[in-house]
Amino acid sequence: MTNFIQLTMFGLSNGAILALAALGFVLIFKASGVINFAQGEFLLVGAYVFYAAVVVLGLPWYLGVPAAIAVAVVLGLIVERTVLRPMLGAEPIAIIMATIGLSSVLLGGVQVLFGTAPKARPEVLPSGSLAIGDIQLPWDRVVAVLIAAVALTAFSLFFTRSRHGIAIRAVADDQQAALTVGISVRRVFALSWALAAATAVVGGILLASITGVAPTLAGFGLVVFPVVILGGLDSVPGTIVGGVIIGLLTAYVGGYVGGGLQQVVPYVVLVLILLVRPYGLFGQARIRRV
Amino acid sequence: MTTATATRTGTYHRSYRSDQRLVQSHAARVRLLLALVVLLALPFVLEPFWLTVACQAGIAVIAALGLNILTGFTGQISLATGGFLAVGAYTSALLTQRAGLPVPLSVAAAVLVTAAAGALLSLPALRLRGLYLAIASLAAQEIIIFAVRNWEFVTGGNDAISLPRLELFGFVFRRDFHWYWVILVFAVLAVVTARNLFRTGAGRQLMAVRDQEVAAEAMGVDIARAKVTAFAVSSGYIGLAGALTAHYTGIVTWERFTLEVSVLYLAIIIVGGLGSIAGTVYGAAFMFLLPAVITQTGQRLQSSYPSLIERLPAIQIMIFGLVIVLFLILEPRGLDRIWQRVKGTLGRWPFRY
Repeated sequence: MTNFIQLTMFGLSNGAILALAALGFVLIFKASGVINFAQGEFLLVGAYVFYAAVVVLGLPWYLGVPAAIAVAVVLGLIVERTVLRPMLGAEPIAIIMATIGLSSVLLGGVQVLFGTAPKARPEVLPSGSLAIGDIQLPWDRVVAVLIAAVALTAFSLFFTRSRHGIAIRAVADDQQAALTVGISVRRVFALSWALAAATAVVGGILLASITGVAPTLAGFGLVVFPVVILGGLDSVPGTIVGGVIIGLLTAYVGGYVGGGLQQVVPYVVLVLILLVRPYGLFGQARIRRV
Repeated sequence: MTTATATRTGTYHRSYRSDQRLVQSHAARVRLLLALVVLLALPFVLEPFWLTVACQAGIAVIAALGLNILTGFTGQISLATGGFLAVGAYTSALLTQRAGLPVPLSVAAAVLVTAAAGALLSLPALRLRGLYLAIASLAAQEIIIFAVRNWEFVTGGNDAISLPRLELFGFVFRRDFHWYWVILVFAVLAVVTARNLFRTGAGRQLMAVRDQEVAAEAMGVDIARAKVTAFAVSSGYIGLAGALTAHYTGIVTWERFTLEVSVLYLAIIIVGGLGSIAGTVYGAAFMFLLPAVITQTGQRLQSSYPSLIERLPAIQIMIFGLVIVLFLILEPRGLDRIWQRVKGTLGRWPFRY
């Protein structure tokens, strides 16, 4: 039982971070129809900028977090303007490859600046563990889940309540209609990249604080695919449900079955979902008509 | 010949026969012969380092042709090239090592097995398209590599399989110099068969599927069959490349077949030109020369910038990404298109059009 609760905690915290990364992914896909293979690298950039601010420069975390978010937002805007906008309307393969190329540039850039060796993790989250009876829950994981929950709620509220959030949804729904009511589609695209970068950074900071800073963090970005396919490529609540399911599933499989099976389980889920329900749990079923 | 090309305004055909000819003009024949002479002379001229690059690029041509048949000509995106290379390499290596089959037989078997594996992946492709297919193939890639790493009793898991040097009719293929000829023969065969595939009805059906699935179906193309064929043929090429890599390097390990390899092959066909046989060759040459040139330059600059050498892998990754992005933005149709333009400009010279 103790084991079960601890695994649940690990799964929840991983799932919450996954959900954050997936949220950014879904934002971009919803607004502009672009599949962003560089989401994991955005996570990585966020983690490293945070590391540079907090560990190298010795800034306190309340300056480090805004700095990391600012850098990522600027990066997101630059990427949208220089890479994705010239490619509007290109074929899927071209757009996929552009974001893959981008991920290489970001990964290489991070390694050029910081080297490949793993870095000390920024000690921001509280250490020690929370004892409930004889169950030990590591504090950093508990706090990570709480922060992720707050961030996810904030982004969801932004999405449903604020003018800009509604503008993104309008563009996602019908670009032409959005244009006719005076929404700047370009600005929405830029906004979606900026927001995606910001969510990725929050995820990256949490991940870095839990596991440490290393270039391998980018691999986390691939697990975003099972999450978004499970939740539905264009569904915001789907990212949260999908993230938590995949997080818990990998934790349980890792804990009870082991043997590296936890690495492949998300992809097995991915294939099954694609075969049975390609639009995911909450996604919009798009029927292809001629 | 110069006068002839200077006044030529394009390639015109007066019959279907001439349109379908393998070599379309006299100039093309001359260029092909020149290329052949260069290819035959290469191993006598190149230093060992560059000969190795040539061998690797030659094998890559075969696999990239396979991927281009699927992605460039049939429009099905695949991120599973690395996985299929692994299937080919492991099949051939295991058949040679465990079953004691002669190498040519096990290579042939590897081609068949990989083609079958490709046909299997084509089943989801019948329902999925575009982005979804890309993500499904990503899952296939991860699952294949997981299987290779964990099915220890067959594949040896994380341990590498080492193979003896290839020996045929008492001759041992020891050095790159020997292997170059083997690879050259296979690469040329692959190019010629791929080129010919798209002169046949079956090949044109694939292109019809890429251009407009519904229209193709309306004209009587069996979409399902076309897709399964494309996947099987494509994987067959990739399996051949995988088997050749296994015997060429003598070491088979899953680390050579990761997702990065799949991405490299997609980069090759994008840089070379989607849906272009010649472009695939240019792309493979380019993407294998680029890191080699960067490494050499880095080593030459080592004395003046000592810290450069440890940053070199990271710089390679960055430049790799930059090349992909720049090609996609500036010339999405790749090196093949650039060559066509150069040819056009030279042919019309001194006129502008």
